[in-house]
Amino acid sequence: MAAIEIRDVHKEYQRDSQRIPVLSGLTLEVAEGDYVALMGPSGSGKTTLLNLIGGIDQPTRGQVVVHGTDIARLGGRKLAQWRSRHIGFIFQLYNLIPVLTALQNVELPLLLHRMSGGERRKRAQVALELVGLADRTRHFPRQLSGGQEQRVAIARALVSDPEVLLADEPTGDLDRKSAEEILQLLERLNREFKKTIVMVTHDPHAAERAKRMVHLDKGVLSA
Amino acid sequence: MAIPVVYNLRNLTQRPVSTLATAAGIAFVVAILIGALALASGFQAALVGTGSPRNVIVLRTGADSELSSGLSRDAVNILRALPEIASDGQGRPLVSAELFVVVSKPRLGFTGSSNVPVRGVDPSGFALRSQVRMAQGRLFAPGTDEVMVGSRIARRFEGCKLGDKLRFGQRDFTVVGHFDAAGSAFESEIWGDLTVLGPALGRDNAFQSLTFTIRDTALFRPLRERLEKDPRLGVQVHTERGWYAEQSRLLAGVIRAAGVFITLIMAVGAIFGAINTMYAAVGTRTREIATLFVLGFSPWAVWLSFLMESVLLSLFGGVLGCLLALPINGITSSTTNWSSFSEVAFAFRVTPAALIAGMIFAAAMGVIGGFLPALRAARQTIASSLRAG
Amino acid sequence: MGFLTLVLVNLGRNKLRTALTTLSVLIALFLFCSLRGVLDTLAASIRVSSEDRLVTRNAVSLIFPLPLAYRERLAAVPGVKGVAYANWFGGRDPNDPGNFYAQFAVDAATYLPMYDSDVEIVAADPPQAEVSMPPGVDPKLAAFMTDQTGCVAGERLFKRMNWKLGQTIHVAGTIFPGSWPFTIRAVYHAKDPAFGEETILFHWQYLNQRGMGGTGPVGWYILRLSEPGRAGEIARAVDALYENSAARTRTETERAFQAGFVSMYGNVPFLIGVIGLAVVFAILLVAANTMMMAARERVAEYGVLKTLGFEDGTLFRLVLAEAAAITLIGGVSGALLAKWALEGTQFNAGGFLPPMTVSWATVGIGAGIALLMGAVSGLVPAWQASRRPIVDALRRVE
Repeated sequence: MAAIEIRDVHKEYQRDSQRIPVLSGLTLEVAEGDYVALMGPSGSGKTTLLNLIGGIDQPTRGQVVVHGTDIARLGGRKLAQWRSRHIGFIFQLYNLIPVLTALQNVELPLLLHRMSGGERRKRAQVALELVGLADRTRHFPRQLSGGQEQRVAIARALVSDPEVLLADEPTGDLDRKSAEEILQLLERLNREFKKTIVMVTHDPHAAERAKRMVHLDKGVLSA
Repeated sequence: MAIPVVYNLRNLTQRPVSTLATAAGIAFVVAILIGALALASGFQAALVGTGSPRNVIVLRTGADSELSSGLSRDAVNILRALPEIASDGQGRPLVSAELFVVVSKPRLGFTGSSNVPVRGVDPSGFALRSQVRMAQGRLFAPGTDEVMVGSRIARRFEGCKLGDKLRFGQRDFTVVGHFDAAGSAFESEIWGDLTVLGPALGRDNAFQSLTFTIRDTALFRPLRERLEKDPRLGVQVHTERGWYAEQSRLLAGVIRAAGVFITLIMAVGAIFGAINTMYAAVGTRTREIATLFVLGFSPWAVWLSFLMESVLLSLFGGVLGCLLALPINGITSSTTNWSSFSEVAFAFRVTPAALIAGMIFAAAMGVIGGFLPALRAARQTIASSLRAG
Repeated sequence: MGFLTLVLVNLGRNKLRTALTTLSVLIALFLFCSLRGVLDTLAASIRVSSEDRLVTRNAVSLIFPLPLAYRERLAAVPGVKGVAYANWFGGRDPNDPGNFYAQFAVDAATYLPMYDSDVEIVAADPPQAEVSMPPGVDPKLAAFMTDQTGCVAGERLFKRMNWKLGQTIHVAGTIFPGSWPFTIRAVYHAKDPAFGEETILFHWQYLNQRGMGGTGPVGWYILRLSEPGRAGEIARAVDALYENSAARTRTETERAFQAGFVSMYGNVPFLIGVIGLAVVFAILLVAANTMMMAARERVAEYGVLKTLGFEDGTLFRLVLAEAAAITLIGGVSGALLAKWALEGTQFNAGGFLPPMTVSWATVGIGAGIALLMGAVSGLVPAWQASRRPIVDALRRVE
């Protein structure tokens, strides 16, 4: 069974009285354990596609099936719950909560699952160790470098053990060296931990590290 | 399921100036509310405390204050002989027929005069009121031209120090003592012997009221019925407590109403401040909020979180307001109780109830102020806000 | 696009915030001017009383009366043109103990002429027959003069109680027990609102005969002076006359007498002043906070304006103007609202105060405070905006 199935998906936005189509009849399959780089010019709809896969947005028409669940059908609450269990998000600007420590940031998703405070902290600790930041648990985001912040964000994405990781320009704001570290980490997550990864990127170096590349232009796939 | 409170607390400390300014606005509102309640409480306490539980006061029917009442000597003689009157340890009946007038006297430190209540009492008048204690000097000697001055009056009017002479009508009276009365209205009065004060003031055979201690409170009701029906008397009968509570009701009510009115209006202004602050907070945390949604937190959780932040902020303001208001406790003020046409001095009383009212009011302001901004946060769409800010 | 347009456009960016802040300032100044209005009202009630009338009362206090016999000697004092007298009746509305209004027993023939420039009769029962009126008394009061239980009611009271001319009302006496009927024969309107229209005036003889056994003492005397400049001297002369009598007198100008009543409010004016200041201060914080929030959000924008060529000084004035616009619009509106609302409704705090006035001076002070608020709250953000180097401004990311 494919991990992610996108079937004839359309997405339009309303701006004032105009309808702007972003995706027009897109069909795509991502197998389990796959590592896909989504590429394309600005405005091609790649972030929108990522958002649809992650359940952050809903298609105007079509189906988005993740591990057998048609998430286009799920209502708000169920969608949020589903997302917290099955998807890990990684953003270009990290999106960490500035007033929480690294450990607290990583713990945050676990608040939505039933477990004791002690267990939560343990799991968060493990996740941070995995990304190599065990010695920075008490630091606030402003005390970390860009690369370190992104690693905390990845730890947060991992902590509830989702099957799918969605990354939106994860190296976009990083220097060469940090970007390299992040890409290595993602590779490891895909290889060792069998996470299915879909990554939106501009960066050809980043795209190279994926298992396959998919091009998007004006809302349709090409090549 | 809920976003931890530490998130809100830390965010409040991120913008110290903004947080403090908004909290200060709320603090002032709460302080004024507590101040108004303290003023009314103090005033009422002064008057209600004036009554002893077993004392009964008799006045002429239709009179709305002791000043407008008048009892004839015949009536007084009948009342003095009532069997229901209790006796003191020496077998003397605890009853006092009293003269009550106001006398215009110049104030210390202010221009102009105020009306000071003067009470001419029977010898039992002092024993009758258990809360009255000598603070300095001594009781006036019966049958002499001596008076004692309530401690609140002593500080505020000229010529009230021990040994000073006060003129009433045709005669000079010597101040021989200052007395306390548990903060009640009696502390704002000057007391002397009825039989000497009366003639000096040209009131020989007129009394304003008669007060006595009843032997058993169960006897009150039937006694009142009997006396009020008696055509020779033409009187109204009250418990001393009930009477003074009634006297304070109007003014205390006005003070409370004015206080609440001012507070409510000010609260609207403070709430607008809180709304602005919260909208700004929501505005700068757009990406954060979107992230919380992405992680799976429900809009309800986000709404509750921001509402909590607003309430925490205003509770902080509430605490500041309580601290701001506490120092006024015990400060004495005075005004004229129009019901009795005489000045009443009282102390502000910040009661626990007033403080609690202040905190509840602060919380309410937080809820009202935070409601809409929290709603905006909760209704944010994820996709558009992830890239924002 | 002019400077003013820029200011207005900037204010319109976040309409909600601008509206809320303006309303806060409006509320603050409304409260401030209302509270000061209480002080204005008390001051006005003194102003209304005259310097060419003296009030003579018992030296012990106002609740002690003066003998009727004093009348002749008072009239003979040099400098005194006329002597009137009155008593405070102090009755209650038998149907509503909370309803408060004043009742005065006056010697109409001497009392009414003294106040004829302060009141006008707006409605009156027609007289039953031809009657000769005492000099100085409005002929419209003929019906009142011939009816011993008649009374003249203030217009505001008359309307509030829904009374009709010729109606007999009852007052429950407190000092003078019993139920007292009065027939309304005329209605007066006070030319200065501070004079008070929550009053009825009735004949002194009625009170004297029914309540004082015909020998009635008098509450107080009013003396009209032919030489107002000698008021102090004449007052002392009157008191000297009765220095050794059983009922000594205390004479002062009507204005001083009225001021005595006002001083009975005690500390209240001071407290009101304190509250007014607290209100202003609290809202100042709110306004300043808002300006700073707005400025923080627009740091980059101001940087961009500078790159376009706007001078530092212009930016300073821009930010300050925004602050001033909010506080002035809010403040002046609040002050005017206080004046209009309180005077328009003749608010009197349930009878506790005379009908309120809010002086133009108070409105002016309110506007001044609003302007000050604008300057203070806008100063720091304006300074920062004008002085921040462009590079810093553009780099700033919150």
